[in-house]
Order: sequence, then C-alpha cells, then structure tokens
Amino acid sequence: MKPPDFDYVAPTSVDDAIKALGSDAEAKVLAGGQSLIPLLAFRLAGPSLLVDLARVDGLDHITDEGDRLVIGAMTRQRRAERDPVVAERCPLLVESLRHVGHPQIRSRGTIGGSVAHADPAAELPAVVLALGGRVHVTGHSGDRTIEAEDLFQGFLSTSIEDGEILTAVEVPASGPRTGWSVVEIARRPGDYALCGALCQLQLDDAGAVVDAHLALIGVGDRPMRAHAVEAAVLGGASPVEAATLAPDGLSPGSDVHASSDYRLHLATVTSRRALTQALESAA
Amino acid sequence: MSDHAVTIRVNGVERSESVPARLTLADFLRERLDLTATHLACEHGVCGACTVLVDGETARACLLLTVQADGSEVTTLEGLTEGDELGPIEQAFWAKHGMQCGFCTPGFVLTIAEMLDDNPNPTREEIIEGLGGNLCRCTGYVKIVEAVEEAVSLRGGGG
Ligand SMILES: Cc1cc2nc3c(=O)[nH]c(=O)nc-3n(C[C@H](O)[C@H](O)[C@H](O)COP(=O)(O)OP(=O)(O)OC[C@H]3O[C@@H](n4cnc5c(N)ncnc54)[C@H](O)[C@@H]3O)c2cc1C
Ligand code: FES
Ligand code: FES
Repeated sequence: MKPPDFDYVAPTSVDDAIKALGSDAEAKVLAGGQSLIPLLAFRLAGPSLLVDLARVDGLDHITDEGDRLVIGAMTRQRRAERDPVVAERCPLLVESLRHVGHPQIRSRGTIGGSVAHADPAAELPAVVLALGGRVHVTGHSGDRTIEAEDLFQGFLSTSIEDGEILTAVEVPASGPRTGWSVVEIARRPGDYALCGALCQLQLDDAGAVVDAHLALIGVGDRPMRAHAVEAAVLGGASPVEAATLAPDGLSPGSDVHASSDYRLHLATVTSRRALTQALESAA
Repeated sequence: MSDHAVTIRVNGVERSESVPARLTLADFLRERLDLTATHLACEHGVCGACTVLVDGETARACLLLTVQADGSEVTTLEGLTEGDELGPIEQAFWAKHGMQCGFCTPGFVLTIAEMLDDNPNPTREEIIEGLGGNLCRCTGYVKIVEAVEEAVSLRGGGG
C-alpha cells in the first residue's frame, strides 16, 4: 500500500530536530526510511509528522578516536561498509554490514537507524551489543550515553525516549591478533536471518583467547549476548564445547519460518561456526 | 497534509514540483513525470522492481519519499541510454532471453549497471550475489545471469 498522510520537516540542526519532535506527540524520526517506510506502507505506523534527519549537520561522520570508533547516526550503511577506517578499526562491523539486506537498501539505510530500530534479527544492534559499545543520544533535557546492554529493551524497543535522537554509535576499536566472523542461516541471502552469530576474538602472543565477544540474532525479542559461551572460550574450551552453551537462557518463539527448537539448534551451529572462523582468522 | 516544493534532476532534466510528503519517488516518477519504466510490485522494499539510481547509487524508489530526494539526481531506465538505441545491458537481455514478462527487467538493468560500473569483470558468484536484491517470477534467473555475462563482453570487459 501507499504510506498514509503525514506532515514532514527536514531541519538542519539537532536543536531544531528536537524542537520539531517535541512539537507533536505523534512525531517520528525519519533516517534512511528502509524500515520506517515499509511500516508506513503496511499501516503499522501512523505518525502525524516525520522529522527527517538527513539534512541535520554533524550526524554523518566516521571518527577514529584511538581506542574507540564513533560513527554518526546518519552515516549511510554503504558508506561505512566501504570506509577504510571502519575496515581497520572494526572489521566485524564491515562483515556485518555485508549481511544487511542488499546494496540497494544499504545505500539509503543508516547506522543509527538500524540500531534505533532494534530488530531482534538485525546485525548492527548485535555488533554494538557484542562489542560492549554504546550510543549517544540527545533530547530537550540534554545529552546522555546509553551502554549497549541497557539499550535493547524488547521487540523493536530501546531505552531511547520519545523526543530523543540517537546522534552517534560508538564501539571499541579492535586490537592486534583479532579475528571475527558473522555466520547466518537465512532463507535467502539478504533476508533477515532465522538465526545468526556475530563473533570477535582476540589472542595473546601464545595464541590463547584473551577477549571474547559473541552475540546471537533471531533467537529472542532482542539481540542476545552469549555470556556463557564467551566465558567458556576464555576458559580454554574449544568452539565445539563452548557452542553447546549457546542455547543457555534463550527461549525463542516459533513462527512460520522456524520452530523454537530449530532456532535453538541453529544457535549452537552458528556459534560453533562463528567461533571456529574467528579463531582461524585471528591466528 | 502539507505540500512541499522539490527540485529533482531526473535523467538530466531539472523538475520542480509541489508534492505531498507521502508521495514516494516511484509514484512521483510514474504519475507526475509519466516515466513508467520504474515498476511497482511489492511497495515495501523486497522485490527491486522499482530500483533507480539516486545520486549514482541504486535505491528502492518505493522506499524513498519524493521530499527526501529533493536536490538529488535520479536516473531511471529511460535515462540510461539515449534515444531508441539499446544499451549493452538491454542488448544482452535481448540476446540471452533475460526476460519473459519483463516486469522485473528495469530494476535488474539498473542494478546491473551499477554492479558493472563497480566491478566490470564479476565472477559468476559475484553476479549471483549482486542480483540478490531483485526478484524475478518468470525466468528462474539463469538467463539473467547469462545476460550479465553477455553484457560484460559487450561492454568490452571479460576475457
Ligand atoms: C528488503 C529489506 C531487507 C532488509 N534486510 C535487513 C537485514 O538483513 N538486516 C538488517 O539489519 N536490516 C535489514 N533491513 C533494514 C535496514 O537495515 C534498515 O536500513 C534499518 O533497519 C533502518 O535504518 P534506516 O536508516 O532506514 O531507518 P528508518 O527506517 O528511517 O528508521 C527506523 C526506526 O528508527 C527510528 N530512528 C531512526 N534513526 C533514528 C535516530 N537517529 N534517533 C532516534 N530514532 C531513530 C525511526 O523513527 C524508526 O522508528 C532490510 C530492509 C529491507 C527493506
Ligand atoms: S516495489 Fe519497490 S522493492 Fe518492490
Ligand atoms: S521476467 Fe517476469 S518477473 Fe522477471
């Protein structure tokens, strides 16, 4: 269907954007529109005002801050995917971006839009969660930072308040001897995954794992960090042993695409493969 | 609700119009400018029939509001070649039977145009991966993949 009727503004500053959001209780932020416009077309959302952030100054940047990489919310996914700084500082993000829809979606979709949308099967929220990143938000009562573990609250739901804007996403930069992997099971390439595992491991000079990050997608109402698996890997467990812990604490729903049991099975399979590949690429 | 003045360069011609916020770029092209090569099927981003180039990059015209495209440069299938001459990709589709009903074809041609500009000599795997965002209900894709390979050689790549 066609989107319903609504009003539209394209402010050029963050302040004006926040004012516009505050002016209408039914206002919504528009970033790349690659999730929001389909929701409008399905009539699952009916905002009276869209506040387009595309012309706001200062939201489109990739900034190397040494131990951290900061990416402006309106940075397009395709730009980040091709950026040499992102490739060097956060290769897991580049690998993850390649799994986000198709090039035609990534040309418009933004980094901030994907994280704010918080789809439980989306890659970018899981990257931020896996790496222990955070987001910067701003609203009428000022700026704040939300740690990834506090950000995702449930299905398409975050702790970003109405009237607040996500301005930047921050992830720790990867160190030496780091390996990474994204493994997904999807019905077709480019589809949201039925289940996926995103992994980053770091080795010391002796080849022992000293840092382990693993997040799972498609197995709950939000991206899930696999703490038990991470702890096992840090304790010296092999990928095969550690991955058996992946279903711990998960209770995915069943739907037309996959049963709960099948998703739990895939959690083990994708974790095992992702851990194995990440170890190989770190070595 | 509100109308908005937009200026968009479409196939090299500047177009200034007043549009409602809800009007998608696809409907703007089809209904206002009568450029009907841009097809609409799913209208929610999954099929790729509405693919156009916005500032040189492929995008779904059904997932872009006309107001968002204000100030942009848009290329549709009509603007890919001059006059009635077939471009190399279209010629390859004709030579290799890359279409049956043809509904999906404009979207494929624009996707392929961008793909070959980025990578003039794709492998078969890269072609299949690159076509992943476009659906065809007729051909089974084999002939479309062959058309891309043909287009590569017509454009002077390959070998
Ligand atoms: C066919 C198709 C396939 C796709 N496949 C995948 C996939 O495999 N994996 C995947 O991860 N994604 C996929 N996507 C979604 C895509 O990644 C979207 O780009 C992304 O989810 C949303 O980003 P956006 O910039 O388009 O945001 P929008 O659609 O503009 O916004 C999404 C939501 O976030 C809010 N929002 C956006 N930006 C901000 C901000 N700065 N501050 C506060 N709120 C904000 C909006 O109000 C809205 O509610 C797919 C989309 C399509 C159409
Ligand atoms: S009509 Fe736009 S993707 Fe299907
Ligand atoms: S030729 Fe009919 S849909 Fe592709």
